[in-house]
Amino acid sequence: MALPAIAFYLLAVATVVAGLLVVSAKNPVHSVLFLITAFFSAAGLFVLMGAEFLAMLLIVVYVGAVAVLFLFVVMMLDVDFAELRQGFAQYLPIGGLVGGVLTIEMIMVAASVVAGGAAGKNAEPLASPVGVPNTEAIGRVLYTDYVFFFQLAGLVLLVAMIGAIVLTLRHKPGVKRQNIGKQNARTPKTGMELVQIKPGEGISE
Amino acid sequence: MTFAANFSLVLPEVILGLSALVLLVWGAFHGKVTPLFNGAAVLALLGAAVAAVVGPHGHAFNGVYAADAAATYAKVAIYGFSAIAVILGDRWLAVRGDQKFEFAVLVVLSALGMGVTASAGDLISLYIGVELQSLALYVLAAFRRDDAKSSEAGLKYFVLGALSSGLLLYGASLIYGFAGSTRFADIAAAGAAVAHGAHGVGLLFGLVFLLCGLAFKVSAAPFHMWTPDVYEGAPTPVVGFFAAAPKLAAMMMFARVLGDAFPDSVAQWRQILVVTALLSVFVGAFAGLAQNNLKRLWAYSSIANVGYALLGVATGGETGLHSMLLFMTLYMVDVTGFFACLQALSRDGKPMETIEDMAGLVKERPGIALAMTAFSLSALGLPPFSGFWAKFYVFGAAMGSGDVMLQWAAVLGLVGSVVAAFYYLRLIKTMWFDAPVAGVDKPQPTARAVGFAAALFSFPIVLVALIWLDPAARAAAAAFGHA
Repeated sequence: MALPAIAFYLLAVATVVAGLLVVSAKNPVHSVLFLITAFFSAAGLFVLMGAEFLAMLLIVVYVGAVAVLFLFVVMMLDVDFAELRQGFAQYLPIGGLVGGVLTIEMIMVAASVVAGGAAGKNAEPLASPVGVPNTEAIGRVLYTDYVFFFQLAGLVLLVAMIGAIVLTLRHKPGVKRQNIGKQNARTPKTGMELVQIKPGEGISE
Repeated sequence: MTFAANFSLVLPEVILGLSALVLLVWGAFHGKVTPLFNGAAVLALLGAAVAAVVGPHGHAFNGVYAADAAATYAKVAIYGFSAIAVILGDRWLAVRGDQKFEFAVLVVLSALGMGVTASAGDLISLYIGVELQSLALYVLAAFRRDDAKSSEAGLKYFVLGALSSGLLLYGASLIYGFAGSTRFADIAAAGAAVAHGAHGVGLLFGLVFLLCGLAFKVSAAPFHMWTPDVYEGAPTPVVGFFAAAPKLAAMMMFARVLGDAFPDSVAQWRQILVVTALLSVFVGAFAGLAQNNLKRLWAYSSIANVGYALLGVATGGETGLHSMLLFMTLYMVDVTGFFACLQALSRDGKPMETIEDMAGLVKERPGIALAMTAFSLSALGLPPFSGFWAKFYVFGAAMGSGDVMLQWAAVLGLVGSVVAAFYYLRLIKTMWFDAPVAGVDKPQPTARAVGFAAALFSFPIVLVALIWLDPAARAAAAAFGHA
């Protein structure tokens, strides 16, 4: 019993500390690296909860794709973070007001949950089948119960792809492309031109 | 229910999805946009509409998708107006040498998304439908990528659309947390428990966020800021499309969420909707007064009209939703016709988009000027044009509800429409009585034909059409609340 508890506290502390460092680090590259640390520790927490599929997803998607993309953006674009922070004091009052109202509302909702226990009623929306790892459980329903959502999500990605191509692809004229069929079909007749040159004269094109 | 039976219920979506893929491959290999290609896209949309009409009714995939009279009604309208958008958009882009085959594919895919939202029975299908539709619309707004204004419109729409999706998702996650399910039927059951005294702050808290997200999508005040800029920058036929089918789809989302998932919380959501509706009516009326660009003007007009439609939703029940569906249908015809006329007009090859451009139009292009006058009078709500009947149903439903708040809202809405009358009348006055500026080009025939057809619909065809539109909308409205 002790080992999971130790692992939990270690990972939880690592997540919170890394999260704090993300927002407090001066260097944006360090921020992204701390973000990756936070994702890794959160993945560890998921494993402890028995949600190994989510843990895997967090590593593959967030660390593998999103965080690395962040890193690229931060390193490649020359973003002046000092300039971004300039309006901070100016917008603090209004931002603080909105944030404060939202916080109060959240607390009220949380209090009502504690009082009424609304969320406890249906705590387990999808009971996991016994003896089946959750990756397999998801695999079983993805193409059966959830096939409609799955296919639609595929179409959303298709639209994103079409959109990216429509908005950015440009066919530049004058670009030389390799056409192997054309190259193989070349004969001396199409590839060469015999020109009679008189002595003392060049070729005028 | 067997797998095949599920798929027979979603046949319209299957048709559209498969034809979008076929069109994409066809376009990618063929490269050119031909009448045959656009014809195939139109045929796919009409085929899906027919499939929606003749297909079986029921709930597919464990209730996440509802094929009922309401979905059928909305889908026929959505697919029909999308088909018109394919034709109009292609003609407009062809004149400017910006023809790309992706236009038709994107319209088909966005129509697919709208259809999914119209028959959503679950928060997840609602959200995926919204994303599918909006993502395609963002690209359509920026379709003329070399035009700075078009790119700006696309970017603004995208950023604010992403924000609104965030609000919507936040609300959806709260509702899921408190109801324990994303299915509308289960949420309605949880809501019924709330109505009988259980603690339900969280559920309503989520509903408020969800409504904010939806109000963004339908461009209701105070979430309307993106509308004028996007309408001004986006290509004219795309604006005509934006103002018609996606608006109906978004109103259907309101009806689905409120009618199917929150039928017992009427007292709570009615207040929100009445405030949003009145704000929209007044923002649309007063801000429209200062506009000179016709696309911006009709953006504000659309905000005001969304307000009236929301008043219908706020009334709720069969009468309220019936009035909303009729209102939206009649409004869609008007707005499509107006933008078709706007797209048909140009002076020396330049689009005519300001009110001054329309000076004395009746001397040069009497047909189009007459059609635009009809649309303006209709949007103003003058009898016997279609806009009058639209407002007649909405105000009638609100007055007949017996709720004092709704009755006052209807009175204020009427005041708003009197204010808005100023800008419609100013457009008419400019067209009929100002000195003409010569040089209006020959109008583009397809767009002109669509404009004339829509003008004829707004009067006198509407009087005949209402004979069968009215019972169809009534049957559709009766289908809500049986999730």
